[in-house]
Order: sequence, then structure tokens, then C-alpha cells
Amino acid sequence: MLDTLAPLEKPVNPGLRSGQMSVLAGLMDGDGLNEAETPEFNDQTIWMLAVRDKRDRSAFALLFDYFAPRLKAFVIRSGTSAGQAEEIVQDVMLTVWRKAALFDPHRSQTSAWIYQIARNRQIDLFRKNRRPVPEELDLDLSDEPDPSQIIAMEQEVGQLKDALARLKPNQREIIEQAYLGELTHQEISTQTGLPLGTIKSRIRLGLERLRHDLKGMR
Amino acid sequence: MTAITHHVPDALLANYAAGNLPYAFSLVVAAHISLCTECRAQLEAHHVVGGLMLENASKEDLSADLKNNVLAQLDDAVAPQEHYRRSGIYPGPVMEALKGKPPRWKSLGLGVRQSILSADHDSSLRLLYIPAGTAVPDHSHNGLELTLVLQGSFSDDTGRFGVGDLEVADQHLEHTPTADPGDACICLAATDSPLRFRSIVPRLLQPLFRI
Repeated sequence: MLDTLAPLEKPVNPGLRSGQMSVLAGLMDGDGLNEAETPEFNDQTIWMLAVRDKRDRSAFALLFDYFAPRLKAFVIRSGTSAGQAEEIVQDVMLTVWRKAALFDPHRSQTSAWIYQIARNRQIDLFRKNRRPVPEELDLDLSDEPDPSQIIAMEQEVGQLKDALARLKPNQREIIEQAYLGELTHQEISTQTGLPLGTIKSRIRLGLERLRHDLKGMR
Repeated sequence: MTAITHHVPDALLANYAAGNLPYAFSLVVAAHISLCTECRAQLEAHHVVGGLMLENASKEDLSADLKNNVLAQLDDAVAPQEHYRRSGIYPGPVMEALKGKPPRWKSLGLGVRQSILSADHDSSLRLLYIPAGTAVPDHSHNGLELTLVLQGSFSDDTGRFGVGDLEVADQHLEHTPTADPGDACICLAATDSPLRFRSIVPRLLQPLFRI
């Protein structure tokens, strides 16, 4: 117990007794004392956790305002008619609300989680069989969240985002098409000069931690 | 249970994440991921990239009433979706393909049995039951074949495949998989039908086999 607290210790008011210490340590993240109720997660994570844990409708409305117009453009780009696109947007956003309990910020970003819901929904509409998806991992919500891990994940994704932003527009276009299901990855790799390797190494950095986290779950 | 050593090649996983695979192949990939945290992590990394594409997407105007319609439905009661859990050796996605029932085995002779889970224009999916020491019969395939071990193990020229291992084979791999001694080997196998899918397969295969 003491060992795990040690790295968090800051110069302490000598008047504090050990019991008070551990309460303080519980409120600290890697950067020190956090007065806000939520640590410094990005907006999307904060909204999503409010939806998951508090069934917060105003947070859901914020998620809707951010994602719904993007989802509509996204599904239209991957071949859905404008009319059906709004139906998909509606289904996806309702799924976000209804399945929020499955969202785990330690291993997923809000946008990644919503992306996957949207792709599943689109594919289901095209096919007679439901798209096969892996078993869900059991999420134990009684587990204490680990803010530093969530923030580290966000930082990792931020770096990946920067790497994507530095691509030339036509290169980014190709990757977009791939994740919209428009290209096979073979078609991507035949496009010369695409620094997919850079992106992949970014993915791998993130993977290492994902993998580590997942090992404990089964 | 020994550790999984044969995983989903990344190009296949990326195609799964993007939704490019025929039904039978995506089911085998989903079943493997249900058993394999490493590939699950890799898949989630692909979802992160997909999510960033979504964040970067342009915005399309919504109908004026869409948001209120959605908010008004938040409290609606929804019939729970049929949800298939793992049962014995069969991961959730396989149970879904079985519609929650045990496999209906048909004999292929020599103690080998199969249970066809789906067959459509672009892929077919079956369970195979191979007694210990027996070779997998009729093993020619024209395109891509994915085989996931659910019980026991088999070996061929390329190695040994135990529970959770995925073998990815194409028409260039001549092999005679043989069930190892011990428990009978039960596998989930997906192939593409030679008729319609042939033109797509080589595109999928190239990154996997460097042909």
C-alpha cells in the first residue's frame, strides 16, 4: 500500500496524519492535487463518462452536437443515401446512450467507440447477417478508474492525431477511405509515399499499453 | 490451455475493422478476437484511427428535428437484442451463428464430421470435428481459408495450431492438417466460394502472403 502511494507523495503539511494522507493521495493524479471533480480528460471523455455513470442528458446532447453532423457526413461518404444517413445517425446515437455501460475510457476513445458502432450499423444494413463482433469484455464498473491511465491514452491518441494531421491531404484521403470501408488496405499500401509505417508505429505504441491493460481482464 | 501463437495478420484485421470482409471471414476473426487479447488490442487501435477519421470528418447539416427526436427516445423501452454468450468451447460469435443451439454434425466418413453454419455467394463457414490422428479430408481450396482451433490441436508443415490459434491459408499452401493425439480437434473454418469471390481474394491476399 505504502509503495503504491509513494510516487504520488508531495511535500506534505507536517500536521497531516497518515489517514488524511491516503485520502489526499486518492485525489491526486500524476500532476498533483485535482480540485475538479473530473481530472483533465478531454471533453468527449468527460461527456461520455457523464452519460455512462450519471445518465446525464445534457452531456448526451453535447455528444450529439459534436458527433451527429460528423456521423452524417461520414456515412454519406461511405455510400449511404442522405435520407438513410439520418436514420443511421439516430440509431448510432441511441446506441451510444443505451450501451454506454460498455464504454471503457482506459482502453477506448469516445470517437473510436462511436466509429465502431457506426460501422457495425452501416454493415448490418447492407447484409442479411448481423456483422459478427467479438464478445464484449466484462467491465467491472466498481473498479476504481485510473485517471493517469486514461490521460496517457488520450495523449497517445493525440500524438497519432498529430501524425495524421501532418499527412498530405491526398494521403489522409486514402486513409479516410480505408476506414470508411472504401479501399482494401492493399490498395492503400500500393499508393506510394504513404507514411503508413509512421502511423502503424504510432498505433503500436498505443497497443503496448492496450495489450498490457487487457491482459488483466480475462 | 497454451498461449495463442498464431494471430490475425494485421492486414486482415484492418480489413475486418473497416468492414471489408465477407461474413464467414469476419465471423472467424471475431471469434479469434474473443479468445485473444492481443488481437483485441490491435483491433481497438484500428478503431482509434477510424475514430480520428470521424473527428476529422466534415459536418453535414442535420434536419431540424433530428436532435429532439433522438432525445425524446432516450427513455423508450427497447427489446433487448438477442445476445449469445460463450458456451463451452464455442465463443459468442460462433454461438450466434449456431443460433444458440449445439452444432448439427454430419458425418464425412472416417470419424470426421462437419456442421455448416453458413454458405452464401461470397463465403462459407463450417465447424469441423476431426478425431485425433486423422487428416482433414478434401482439403483443396481456391482462395483464402481461415481455420480457428476451438478444441484440441492440429499440425501441418507450417506448425502446430492449438486452441485459439488461427491458420491463414491460400491456394499456394499445400498442406495436410492432421489432428494431434489427445482430444478430437474441433475447428471453425471459413472459405470463399470459388465462384464469385475469386476476383476479390487476391487483393486481400497480397499483403498477407506477398504474392
